Amino acid sequence: MDYFAQQLINGLTLGSIYGLIAIGYTMVYGIVGMINFAHGEVFMIGAFIALIAVLSLFALGVTAVPLALLLALVIAMALTGLWGWAIERLAYRPLRNSFRLAPLITAIGMSIALQTFVALTQGARSKPLPPVIRGGFTLSEGNGFAVSLSYMQILIIVTTVVVMAAFSYLINSTSLGRAQRACEQDRKMAALCGVNVDRTISLTFVIGAALAAVAGLMFLAYYGVIDFFVGFVAGIKAFTAAVLGGIGSLPGAMLGGLLIGLIEVFWAGYFTAQYKDVAAFSILAIVLIFMPSGLLGRPEVEKV
Amino acid sequence: MADGVSDATRDDLLRVENLTMRFGGLVAVDKLSFTARRGDITAIIGPNGAGKTTFFNCITGFYKPTEGRIALAHGSEAAFEALPAATFRGKQWTKANGACAVFLLERMPGFEIARLARVARTFQNIRLFAGMTLLENLLVAQHTVLNAASGYTIGGLLGLASFKRAEAAAIDKAAYWLREIGLVDRADDPAGDLPYGAQRRLEIARAMCTDPVLLCLDEPAAGLNPRESHELNALLLKIREEHALSILLIEHDMGVVMQISDRIAVLDYGKKIAEGTPDEIRADPRVIAAYLGVPDDEVEDVGAEVGL
Repeated sequence: MDYFAQQLINGLTLGSIYGLIAIGYTMVYGIVGMINFAHGEVFMIGAFIALIAVLSLFALGVTAVPLALLLALVIAMALTGLWGWAIERLAYRPLRNSFRLAPLITAIGMSIALQTFVALTQGARSKPLPPVIRGGFTLSEGNGFAVSLSYMQILIIVTTVVVMAAFSYLINSTSLGRAQRACEQDRKMAALCGVNVDRTISLTFVIGAALAAVAGLMFLAYYGVIDFFVGFVAGIKAFTAAVLGGIGSLPGAMLGGLLIGLIEVFWAGYFTAQYKDVAAFSILAIVLIFMPSGLLGRPEVEKV
Repeated sequence: MADGVSDATRDDLLRVENLTMRFGGLVAVDKLSFTARRGDITAIIGPNGAGKTTFFNCITGFYKPTEGRIALAHGSEAAFEALPAATFRGKQWTKANGACAVFLLERMPGFEIARLARVARTFQNIRLFAGMTLLENLLVAQHTVLNAASGYTIGGLLGLASFKRAEAAAIDKAAYWLREIGLVDRADDPAGDLPYGAQRRLEIARAMCTDPVLLCLDEPAAGLNPRESHELNALLLKIREEHALSILLIEHDMGVVMQISDRIAVLDYGKKIAEGTPDEIRADPRVIAAYLGVPDDEVEDVGAEVGL
């Protein structure tokens, strides 16, 4: 039981990170109908910006850890959002009305370009961040196994909940959110209602990138080490999460993220760590056989 | 209604000059010149494929016309005096004296036609945001106002008082239109769940929520039963009376057209073949010939046959 509780905590932590990245995939898919395969790299860039920000703040004498992390979060979200905007503007918008595969190929190209860019400018070796938040609670001890909940895990889960709440409010109750949902359903009609479709799509990329930056900072602080390649696996996992939850569905992305995190951690905990990715992808395959539009996705309705 | 506005008080709202829209070798709209007056319901009729919807698509920015100018005046037709200068300076729109302004619609992107020139439209095949609620459909239409009031979302996210006020006003306006079209009790249902006739009314209400100067209706009576199309007539007349609005109407249902239009333009093969009051159009042999599909040289015979 203790072992189970510990895996649950670890799985939720990892799942939160996947969920935040998955939102970026699902939002972009919803509004422009493309899979942004460079989104994993946006997450990686977010993590790098956060690393540079944290280290610079420490060097500048901001030694209060909560303040430094908060500032780093704001800086990472802003700058990564700018990256998201630039990627859409340069690589995707010119191809928006092109044939279907063009944005997909561009996205893969963009992904390679961003990886290489970071590998060249930051070096290919992994970058460590000394543990910034230590300690935690010990929930139960006995049977020779201690269940611990670290402050870092609490911080990750709480931050995710807060960010998700703000994000849900944005999508459901502000005019931008309504405009995004309107563009998702019918871009031309949204334009006729006075919605600037291009700007709405740009903002979707910015928001997705900002959420990926939150995930990037948390990943960095949790694992303490990043390199230019972290975006690949995390990106694929988050994409899997988005598909599992039902691509295009925002609650689905969060649910999918949590499930992928839990599956991975439980598999590694009870069976073998080498096959945890296989487990996650197998579950995806099985779910898609029985629910082709994912757990919370709406089936495509075809008009006849 | 049929007597229309006398020439002494005529005030042009929309002037279309020499509009041509080609798709490859197909000329859908051919050197069309057309005027709609402020406060009028102007109907555009013609056989299928005459270019009516293409004409609407040009006005609302769906298509960029191959040639021609589409000018819309806010305030009064005095605004058209600024048109030549604006045309030559390559402007999309320009302010004229007073509160007047003139817009060159063929140069403006679609969302600015809705936002600045305030032209709204509905579609032959209804295009609601089917997955959003009725209320949300009407709120999206007020995006321009709400977005500005929310400080481009940041204020909205922080829950500023000014945004809350604007949001409340927008909901009031949506509620007003839901009452007008008799759908208040379904405000929170997805728009796609409504019956067909109600979807048509909702589409008109959504267009009205963008606060238009010109409302373009593409076959609003299509698929309605006689009672519903009678209600539609009443709704359109009421909207025109109460909201200082001009309406362009494409319609095949002659009951609707003849009852509510002030003026009618007839298109055939992309050309305007007649324009006038409903009585004039009803009696025009060219119009009858176009509808019956008679070649030009037999128009006289048709006129004689129907007793003109």
